[in-house]
Amino acid sequence: MNTLLFYDFSGLALLAIGLHGLIRSSHPLRKILAANLMTSGVFLIMISGARGTGQTMIDPVPHAMVLTGIVVSVSTTAVALVLVCLVQETTNRALLWQKRKREKWGRTDG
Amino acid sequence: MADAAFWAICLVVAPLFFAISSFVRGGLAHVFGPLAAWLNALAVLGLTVSFARSGPLRYAIGGWQLPLGINFRIDGLCVLMLAMTAVTGLAVSMYALGYFSLRIGSARQMSRHEQQRLFFWPLWLLLWAGLNGLYLSSDLFNIYVTLEITGLAAVSLTALSGKPAARLAALRYLLVSLLGSCSYLLGVALLYRCYGILDMAALSRLVSPGPLLWCGLALLTAGLLLKTALFPLHFWLPPAHANALAPVSAILSGLVVKASFYLLLRLWGEVFAQVLPPAAYVLLGALGCGAVLWGAAQALLQKRLKMLIAYSTVAQLGYLFIALPLIRLDPGPAARQAVVLLILSHACAKSAMFMAAGSIFLKAGHDRIADLAGIKEVLPVSSFAFVLAGVSLMGFPPSGGFVGKWLLLGVSLAGGQWWWGMMLVTGSLLAAGYVYRVASRLLVFKAPFFSRRQAIPPVMEWSAVLLAVLAMLLGLLAGSPLELLAAGNQVFSPAGLEVLR
Amino acid sequence: MNWGGLLLVMILLSSLVPGLIIFALPEKSNRPRTVLNLGGALFKLLLILLMNVGIYQGRHFTVRWQLLPGLELLLNSDPLAALFSTLSTVLWLLTTLYAVGYLEQSPNRRQFFGYFSICVTVTVGIALAGNLLTFLLFYELLTLTTYPLVTHRGTREALAAGRVYLVYTLSGGAVLLVAVAWLQVLAGPVEFGGPPVAASLGAAHEGQLMALFFLFIAGLGVKAALVPLHGWLPRAMVAPAPVSALLHAVAVVKAGVFGIVRLVHDVYGTQFAAGLNLLAPLTILASLSIIYGSLCALREDDLKKRLAYSTVSQLSYIVLGVSVAGPLAAIGGLVHLVHQGLMKITLFFCAGNLAETLGVHRISEMRGIARRMPVTMAAFSVGALGMIGFPPMAGFVSKWYLGMGALAADRLWVVAVLVVSTLLNAAYFLPILIKAWFTPPDCSWSEQGGRGRVETRWMLLAPPLLTALLVIAVGLLANAQISPLAWVKLIVGLEYGP
Repeated sequence: MNTLLFYDFSGLALLAIGLHGLIRSSHPLRKILAANLMTSGVFLIMISGARGTGQTMIDPVPHAMVLTGIVVSVSTTAVALVLVCLVQETTNRALLWQKRKREKWGRTDG
Repeated sequence: MADAAFWAICLVVAPLFFAISSFVRGGLAHVFGPLAAWLNALAVLGLTVSFARSGPLRYAIGGWQLPLGINFRIDGLCVLMLAMTAVTGLAVSMYALGYFSLRIGSARQMSRHEQQRLFFWPLWLLLWAGLNGLYLSSDLFNIYVTLEITGLAAVSLTALSGKPAARLAALRYLLVSLLGSCSYLLGVALLYRCYGILDMAALSRLVSPGPLLWCGLALLTAGLLLKTALFPLHFWLPPAHANALAPVSAILSGLVVKASFYLLLRLWGEVFAQVLPPAAYVLLGALGCGAVLWGAAQALLQKRLKMLIAYSTVAQLGYLFIALPLIRLDPGPAARQAVVLLILSHACAKSAMFMAAGSIFLKAGHDRIADLAGIKEVLPVSSFAFVLAGVSLMGFPPSGGFVGKWLLLGVSLAGGQWWWGMMLVTGSLLAAGYVYRVASRLLVFKAPFFSRRQAIPPVMEWSAVLLAVLAMLLGLLAGSPLELLAAGNQVFSPAGLEVLR
Repeated sequence: MNWGGLLLVMILLSSLVPGLIIFALPEKSNRPRTVLNLGGALFKLLLILLMNVGIYQGRHFTVRWQLLPGLELLLNSDPLAALFSTLSTVLWLLTTLYAVGYLEQSPNRRQFFGYFSICVTVTVGIALAGNLLTFLLFYELLTLTTYPLVTHRGTREALAAGRVYLVYTLSGGAVLLVAVAWLQVLAGPVEFGGPPVAASLGAAHEGQLMALFFLFIAGLGVKAALVPLHGWLPRAMVAPAPVSALLHAVAVVKAGVFGIVRLVHDVYGTQFAAGLNLLAPLTILASLSIIYGSLCALREDDLKKRLAYSTVSQLSYIVLGVSVAGPLAAIGGLVHLVHQGLMKITLFFCAGNLAETLGVHRISEMRGIARRMPVTMAAFSVGALGMIGFPPMAGFVSKWYLGMGALAADRLWVVAVLVVSTLLNAAYFLPILIKAWFTPPDCSWSEQGGRGRVETRWMLLAPPLLTALLVIAVGLLANAQISPLAWVKLIVGLEYGP
C-alpha cells in the first residue's frame, strides 16, 4: 500500500517536472525530453494502479495499456525529432519560442 | 448484404491497408488514395443502410468480451460522424487528386511537389483510419491510440508543405498534442483505477461523483480541449491550419478538430451527463462565448485569407461549446440534434472554404485579401464556392448551420437562458462581417491582374462547390440524418452490459 | 404532392431555373439569355394567373416540406399571397424587359440577370410563405440575392452602399430570427391564414407578446424603411435603375411591409393587437415616417434620392392603413401595396430613361426636358400625380380609403397627417413637373443620344408607358370585378368579416 502510494507520488513528481520543462524550456529537444518524462510519470501511475486496494491478483489491463502507450510514445518522439531536424534545416533556428526576440535582436544588431 | 459489423471493420482496415500500400508503392499512391476514398464511402453507405435496418449495435473485436476486450459501438452519432468523414474526405481526396496533378513552378518546386504527393496519400489515409477508429471505438484507451494516430498523421501533414512557418507550426502542434494526450492518458488511468473498466457505455452506468472521478474527468477534458483548440487554448491552431497545403488545411479544419470535440460530446453529453454539475457546462459554454468573440475579432483583423479561415474555425468551434450547456438544459433531443447539425455543416463548409481558398491561392500566387479583387473573373466557380460556404458559416437559411442555430436558440429561450442564444446570433453577425470582408473583394469585377497564370483543374473547383452546396442544403435535408441520430439514442442498451453483471 | 402544391413549386422554379441556367451561360450569349428571362417571366405570369383563378374559385393550394418535427417549410396560397405574388410577377416581366434595354451595352450582364431572376424567386417565396419559418427563410435569402444587385456597378461608392445595406438588413434579419424563434417557443409553429396564434396564447403571455411585437417591427422595419431604420435606402440608389425600380416597388421594401401586414393580420390579429395597444405606436411610427420621408425628399436635388425618400414616406401609408385597425383603412393600406408599386416603378423607369439617354441625374438639370422626351415625362407625370393623389389615378383610391378609414376609426390626426403629406408630396413632385414641362431648356438635348424619331430605345420606353397606363387603369376601374381594390376587399373581408 505504501509502496503503491510512493509510486503514485513519484509519478506525479515526474509529471510535474515534465510539465515544467515542457512549458518553461525553450529548446525543442528539451521540450521533447520533458514530454517523455511526463509520459513516463503517467505510465508509473498507471502501473501502480494495477494492484488496487484489497486485490490479490494483479490486473493485466494496465500493463497492456502501458505497453501500448510506450509504443505510441516512441513513435511520437520519433516524429518530434524529425520535425526538429526539419525546422533546424529550414530556419537554422532551434529556439522555438524565442523567434520574435531573436529577430528583434537581429534588427538592433543590423 | 453484409451486416454492420463487417462494414465497421472495413472502415478501419481498408484505409490502413491502402495507407500502407500507397506508402510501399509510391508510384501508385494517386490510384490507391482515391480508390480508398470511394471504398470508404461505399462502406459507410453499407453501414448506414444496415444500421437503419437493424439499429444500434455493439461488436466485440476478436470475440473478447467486455471487461477485457475492446468494443465497437455503432450508434446514430457514430454513423453520422463516419458519414461526415466519408463525404468530406471523398471531396478532399478528389481535390487532392487535382492538386497534386498540377505542374507548378520550377523544377525544384516540382520535385518538392512530387515528394508531397508521395507522402500525402499514406498520411491522409492513416489519419482517416484513425478517425474512423475513433468514432467506432467505445473504449477510452483505444480512443487514446486512435487520437494519437490521428494527431501524428495530422502533424506530419501540416509539416508537408515544407515552408519554414509550416514546419514550425507543426512542431508546436505536435508538442501541444503531446501535452493533450498526456493529460488524457492520465485521466484514463484515474478512471480505470476508479471503476476498473474503460468502456464508455459501461462507465456511464457505473459513475458516481467523487474526487478521483473529478480529477480524471478534468484531465480528460483538459486534454481534449487542448486538442480541440478551445479558446484560450487555440494558439496553435491558426498557424498550423493556415500554413498547411490546401487539401491538408481542409482536412485539419473540417475533420480533425471534430474528432476531439466528438469525444467531449460523448463524455459530457452522455457518459458523465448524470454526475457533472451544471456549473461545469456553464464554464465550457462561457469559454465557447470567448472563442466566438475572440476568433471572430481576429478573423476580422487578418490580412491573409487562410489565416482568416483558420480563425473562423476557432470561432465556429466556440459555437459547438455554447451548445454544451444547452444540451444539459434541454430535456428533449433538440440541442443534441443542433450540435450534430452544426458539426456536419461546419465540416462541409469549412473544408469547401479551404479548398476554394487553395485554388485562389494557386491562381493568384498569394492570398492577401486586399489584393484579391477581380479573382472572380478568372475563378468564378471557386469564388462562388467560397461565398456559398461563407454564407452557410454565417448560419443563413437553409443551411445546416441555420437549423442548428435555430434549434439552439429555441432551447435557450425555452429554458430561460437566453444569453446563449444571443451569443449565437451575435456570432453569426460577426461571421457575416468576416465573410463579407472577403466576399466583397471576390464579387467585385475589375480587370484582373495576376502574375501567375496557373490553370486550375476543374475537379478542384467543383469538389469545393459540391461541398459548399451540400452545407447549404443540409438544413433542407436535415430530417433523415437526425432520424438516424434518434435511432441510436438508446445505445446504452443492456445488450452490451450484460457481461458485466 | 398534390397538383396545387406542384403549382406553387412551379411558380418558384419558373424563375429559379432560368436564373441558374443564366449563370451557366457564357457572358456573350445575349439572345438565349433574353429568351430565357422573358420566357420564364411569361410562364410565371401564366402560372400565377392559374393560381389566382383557382383561389377565386375557392381552391386552396399548399405544399409542405418537413425539416424536423415542428420545423417545416410551408407554401400557401391565400388571397394576400396572391396579391403580392401577382404584383411581383407582373412587375418582374416589365422590369426584365426594361433591364434588357437598359443594360444593352454594360458588362457583366450574366451576373445581373442571374441574381435578378433568383431575387424574384425569393420575393415570390416571401409572398407564398405559409408560416413564419418559411417567411424568415426567404426574407434572409432576399438580403443575399439583392446585395450583388445593389453593388452591381462595383464602384467604391456602390461597395460602400452595399456595406451599409448589409449592415442594416443583416442586423434586421438577426432581430427577426430571435423574434420568430421566441414566438415559436411560446406558441409552436406559427402558420398564416388560420386564427391568429398570439391571440390564442392568453393573458399570461401578454408582456412577452408586447415585447415580441416590437422585436418583430424592429426586424421587419429595416426592410420596410420605417424611419429610424431607413438609412440604407437612399444610399442603395447607386444601383442601376432597373434594380432600384424593382427594390423600391416590389422586392425589398415590400417584403418588409408585407411582413408587417402578415404580423398584424395573421400572427397577432388586428383585434388582439389593438387590444394590447400595440397598433397605436405603430401608427405614430408610420406617421413620423410619412412626414419625415417627405421632408427629406424636399431637400434632395438628386432625382433618384428624392424618389427614394418618397418611397420611405409612401411605404408607411401601407403600415398606417394596417395599423389604424379598421376595415376601410386596411383596404387603403393594402391596395397601396399594389398602387405604390405601380407608381413608383413608373417613376424609377422614367428616371432611368433620363439618366441612360441624356445623362440627367439631378432635378436642376431637368429644365424643359419634356420637350426632348415627352413620352417619358408623360409617364413620369402620371406616376407623380398618382403619388400626390390626383383623382382618377391609383394613389387617389388608396388615400381615399385611408382617409375614410381614419375617420371611421375616429382618428382625426391621422387625417391631418394624410393632408400634410399630400401637400408635401405636391411640394416635391410638382416643381419637377413644372420645370420639365413649362420652362425653356438650358441647352439643346437633341444631339445627345438622339435616335431618330423615337426619343429612346423602345425597350426603355414601353415599360414605363405600360405601368403608367396601369396606374390610370387601376384608378379608373377600381370598382371593376378584378381590380386590385376588389381583391383587397376580399382579403380585408377575410380579416374583419364581411
